[in-house]
Amino acid sequence: MVKRFFTVIIVLILGVSCSSSSDDSPEGGGKDNFDRGVVLINLADNIIIPSLQDLNSKLEDLNSKKDIFIATPNQENLDNLRTSWLAAYKVWQYVEMHNIGKAEEILYYFQMNIYPTNTADIEENISSGNYDLTHVNNNDAVGFPALDYMLYGLGVNDDAEILVKYTTNADAANYKTYLSDVVVQMKNLTETVLNDWTSSYRTTFIGSTSNTASSAYNKLVNDFIFYYEKGLRANKIGTPAGNFSTNPLPDRVEALYNKEASKVLALEALKATQDFFNGKKYNGNTEDKGYNSHLQSLNKENLGNLVNSQFNTARQKINDLEDSFYNQINTDNTKVTQAYDALQLNVVSLKVDMLQAFNISVDYVDADGD
Amino acid sequence: MEINAYLNRKVSSSSLVVFRIGFGIMMCLSIVRFWLKGWIETLYISPKFHFKYFGFEWVKTIGDYTYLLFLLCGISAFFVAIGYKYRLSIVMFFLSFTYIELMDKTTYLNHYYFISITSFLMCFLPANVSFSIDAIIAKKEYKKVPKWTVDSLKLVLGIVYFYAGLAKINSDWLYKAMPLKIWLPSKYDLPILGETLMQENWFHFAMSWSGMLYDLLIPFLLLYKRTRILAFVLVVFFHVFTRVLFPIGMFPYIMIIGAIIFFDSEFHNKIITIIKKLLKPINNLLLTSNISVNRKKAIKPYKKSIVFIVGLFLVFQLLFPWRYLLYPGELFWTEEGYRFSWRVMLMEKMGIANFKIVDAETKKFFYVDNSDFLTPLQEKQMSFQPDFILEYAHFLGNHFTKQGYENVQVFVDCYVALNGRLSQPFIDKEVNLYKEKELFKHKQWILPFNDEIKGL
Repeated sequence: MVKRFFTVIIVLILGVSCSSSSDDSPEGGGKDNFDRGVVLINLADNIIIPSLQDLNSKLEDLNSKKDIFIATPNQENLDNLRTSWLAAYKVWQYVEMHNIGKAEEILYYFQMNIYPTNTADIEENISSGNYDLTHVNNNDAVGFPALDYMLYGLGVNDDAEILVKYTTNADAANYKTYLSDVVVQMKNLTETVLNDWTSSYRTTFIGSTSNTASSAYNKLVNDFIFYYEKGLRANKIGTPAGNFSTNPLPDRVEALYNKEASKVLALEALKATQDFFNGKKYNGNTEDKGYNSHLQSLNKENLGNLVNSQFNTARQKINDLEDSFYNQINTDNTKVTQAYDALQLNVVSLKVDMLQAFNISVDYVDADGD
Repeated sequence: MEINAYLNRKVSSSSLVVFRIGFGIMMCLSIVRFWLKGWIETLYISPKFHFKYFGFEWVKTIGDYTYLLFLLCGISAFFVAIGYKYRLSIVMFFLSFTYIELMDKTTYLNHYYFISITSFLMCFLPANVSFSIDAIIAKKEYKKVPKWTVDSLKLVLGIVYFYAGLAKINSDWLYKAMPLKIWLPSKYDLPILGETLMQENWFHFAMSWSGMLYDLLIPFLLLYKRTRILAFVLVVFFHVFTRVLFPIGMFPYIMIIGAIIFFDSEFHNKIITIIKKLLKPINNLLLTSNISVNRKKAIKPYKKSIVFIVGLFLVFQLLFPWRYLLYPGELFWTEEGYRFSWRVMLMEKMGIANFKIVDAETKKFFYVDNSDFLTPLQEKQMSFQPDFILEYAHFLGNHFTKQGYENVQVFVDCYVALNGRLSQPFIDKEVNLYKEKELFKHKQWILPFNDEIKGL
């Protein structure tokens, strides 16, 4: 009796294992001995480090344009400084999502792009001349949004009013110092993060492929999704469009004082996330190993294609908007909420379907399962 | 007549004693572990909102007193182990443990439910009649207990395994090797096995089928003397293996210790002898060993009412997991009747739920940031379980009404992915959930599952 029991079990197990090897169910994932190390190498060498290098050089340019402007605050130098600011801000859209390693440790993102910026704090810092820009209370008084205010927001009517602040205003010297301090801080932070990547962190990073909450591979996926959901979808579009409040909040747009850059920046951020998903080289056209290829290795091409088509739809929707989200929200907010809805679709695909396919250990849930 | 004859049959009390000691120690360790991990704080104190079981909304969280509750629970578990004021201790343990579980259903685990019902059953069992402080104090020790008291524990353990096995008889588990096909490959860092076996398609199927057969057969293999040792080896192997693979905490150890009850009383006597030897130094110190123990043969017959309660309880355990048959739709999708049915590690389900608060008059709306109200674990669990979604919708409705919003309606845009299928809309987003009530009835606003999972 007992013997027969076991014979039956063994036969069953053997039978299933033989027949099943030819039975690849369509929904079933394939093998996952996918080389995560290769993905990390591609992402580090072709996307993360190059974008940081580019940002670094853009910030050096910003710094020198700032020096020229401080020496001679005139319209031409202001225009050059603004151009340089926007160029750097666009590159920043590729960097913000990588909140890992040194960037995470020194709270890089929080000192680079917290908006809306707090103009009262900025003005107070300027008039007192006494501030610690690294302090958490000053997170909304530094970085690109603070420069947005310093370069576009100091005058209500025209640029002449802005130039006055840097020339004849009683606090003109303080204005110049603050402008300079903010730029230098951004440059220094970026250098710190970049140097850490090139000197040591790259090695740690590319070797950290395990399926644990703290591994680089898993953290990066979580960071990526978090950025897409929060940094891009919510901050750039959803919040100003009033998706999280009773009424639209147009003054929450990115680059509020510049007025015209919000769309450009959002499109850059969208491109940054899509390129990262596809493992596409920074400033290049070649695609290499990335999340899309990881999905392909799991027989999930359909999901990868869906994600890309949703990225493209979202791009179309954003392209339909005015250059100034501020104006767009005030004139026809429906289009903005449509862009939000288009972005939301990929939150579902990335956060639910892709995470399930990778079976990533989520970093924030600590409890037993059963 | 036969029933009466059965109820009068006696076995050695050592089986119950060994179970009592094992259970008490494991529970005590579980509580300590839970405390040390900081989970009392993160799961029961810091969340702003707690999900309640239907009918148990009155169970309140108690802030910092939760620590006292755990202390009480841990101490009573220890008293159970040493058999001190056993009846009071096991009742206290059952009540405190169950209260903890009822505070928030986010943390529901089958094995917590197992602990609750086992401790409930133990309230009626004479597990302290020998080798216990109670026996020493009373100077009375009984060598025999009714056979049904031991059998009832075996039955409860057997139900856990057998029903877990029945639940695995479905097409996803057996013919698609889902969700193991998702879970096992992700264990690629496991030494030796990770890059090899864990990636093999045949291995996913072999694990699915053998897991199902293991669960179905193990209670019987443990019952028959000739297969018992082999079965126990399998139990140890299986649970250790799953412990390596999955974050399942104390559960495997509890089941291993629990399965010892299937051995015969000779084996249990040996265990007690070993414990006695280990305790000898303490014994000599604390208890003058010349306590005269009145070795009566058997305890007096149980009251009919107690036997009836235990019988009713066991019948309930046998029937309750089948309640899902009363609901339409796919069980894995709706989860109506999913809990308390030994569906252990059975599916991979993830969701995302975006709540929309609408003013019914002006049609103005905004979305809710779930992290404002829920912990990440709560949000994760809420996102794919309809009863959580409904309860949270009501919480949001009440919250925003209290904040002064008018004509509040609550809608949800929810997507769920089950066992590797592409995510689908889960809840009818046109339904104002703030108007819907939690009932035992089927929830009409769950959208149909556009696929079929065959099987039990």
